[in-house]
Amino acid sequence: MTEDLMSLLPPAIAVLGALGLAMAGMLVWASKAFYVETDPLVDALMELMPGANCGACGYPGCADFAEHVVAGDVTPDACTSCDTETFEMIGELLGMDISASEPLYPITLCQGGTNCKDRYDYIGADTCRAAILLSGTKKACSYGCIGLGDCVRACMFDAIEIADNGLPKIKKYNCKGCGACVTACPQQVLTIAKEHGPVYVVCASHDKPKYVKEVCEFGCIGCGICKKNCPEGAIKLVRKVAVIDQEKCTQCGTCIDVCPRNAIVKL
Amino acid sequence: MSEVLIPGFMPTEALFPIVVNAMFTKNFLLIMFLGLCSYVGLTTSSDTSKGMSMAVTFVMTMSAILTWPIYHYLLSPASIIGKDLTFLRTICFILIIASFVQLVEFVIRKFSPPLYKSLGIYLPLIATNCAVLGVVLMNIQEGYTYGASIICAFAAGLGYTWVMLATAAVREKLIMRNVSLFSGFIGAFFAATMVALIIVSYFSVVKL
Repeated sequence: MTEDLMSLLPPAIAVLGALGLAMAGMLVWASKAFYVETDPLVDALMELMPGANCGACGYPGCADFAEHVVAGDVTPDACTSCDTETFEMIGELLGMDISASEPLYPITLCQGGTNCKDRYDYIGADTCRAAILLSGTKKACSYGCIGLGDCVRACMFDAIEIADNGLPKIKKYNCKGCGACVTACPQQVLTIAKEHGPVYVVCASHDKPKYVKEVCEFGCIGCGICKKNCPEGAIKLVRKVAVIDQEKCTQCGTCIDVCPRNAIVKL
Repeated sequence: MSEVLIPGFMPTEALFPIVVNAMFTKNFLLIMFLGLCSYVGLTTSSDTSKGMSMAVTFVMTMSAILTWPIYHYLLSPASIIGKDLTFLRTICFILIIASFVQLVEFVIRKFSPPLYKSLGIYLPLIATNCAVLGVVLMNIQEGYTYGASIICAFAAGLGYTWVMLATAAVREKLIMRNVSLFSGFIGAFFAATMVALIIVSYFSVVKL
């Protein structure tokens, strides 16, 4: 048997080697014959890109984005993941002046967490989505943050964690503002905001005011005091929750002072 | 040792059972469970599943055309070398399929950039698609003639195509219905079950 195997070895090596060489030769010829010139600028730009493929720019990945930047379809500052240094290098490469777009961060439109009562003791899969399947959420407020960290797992940059108060906390240094956490949140209590200035009503509860008052310390009860006091008329009530029109808002802060529930904050 | 003969070129088998087997009763996706990664990954929309199915059908047919002569004239005991090198068939076939897929990629990229763009990542994926390897190995195992093996490979590609399209249709409907339990991959397996039940129950009644 060993002899048999030994006698098979040379033809086996010859056949496999010949096939491999033939295929390799064919591919070498094909790669020359069907060579497609790629723009060296695209490759150089790809080198500088963060390579996270987060998709915040609206293109499927960094490679696609680089191609469209070189083609002139989009300006490089559409990338939210690049830091200022990278933008400078990209600007140098493309010969244009890029001012980095104002950093964007997610904010949590909920101040519940430990301030909001639990409806029951939840012992189950440690994700918000699983908790929702059990008759709404484990929190008494069915609109607020559940705090089981779907946003934490969605984050590609390790920029979000559940703090002691049971709410997601953004580590601004790591955050690129890609919005992966916003998409992952089943309660939709996360939203992307600019770093400085904007005023937000940090409550999303559409429950009856009396119930909100009962279960949460900070919930918006839709009293309308902020709406009456806003000098710009930028606040309206949508299903018992105050909502600020960010285009009209001048960030004067009047509503923050008058809110009896401390449900409005300035970032 | 019994005499091994090289099967002829022209098909001598009955072709109808071969075609029906490859398309339905031995469907590569639903009955043989081959090529499931592309099946689950690419049936999210009918456009991507259409592109992938066309590419797979093409590669299946072409690799059947290429591998049959190589097996019977280089590896089989009846070949010109005269040694039994059949143990090399898997590695040889993978080599051929992978290089061929690479060649197809070059050609498409050169002559049809829009098609290249729309196929995107799926083209390299075909190289690792077990259904392609499965169909060429099955051709050898069944001892088909050259013609029959090409027809079988093409029919297997058609079988892959219709299952991809049917599942994509079911999944698209599921997305529209907004049934949260059946979204994503759970929905894919649910859709696969429904399509598989159709085949299995139909062919348990209709005997070929």
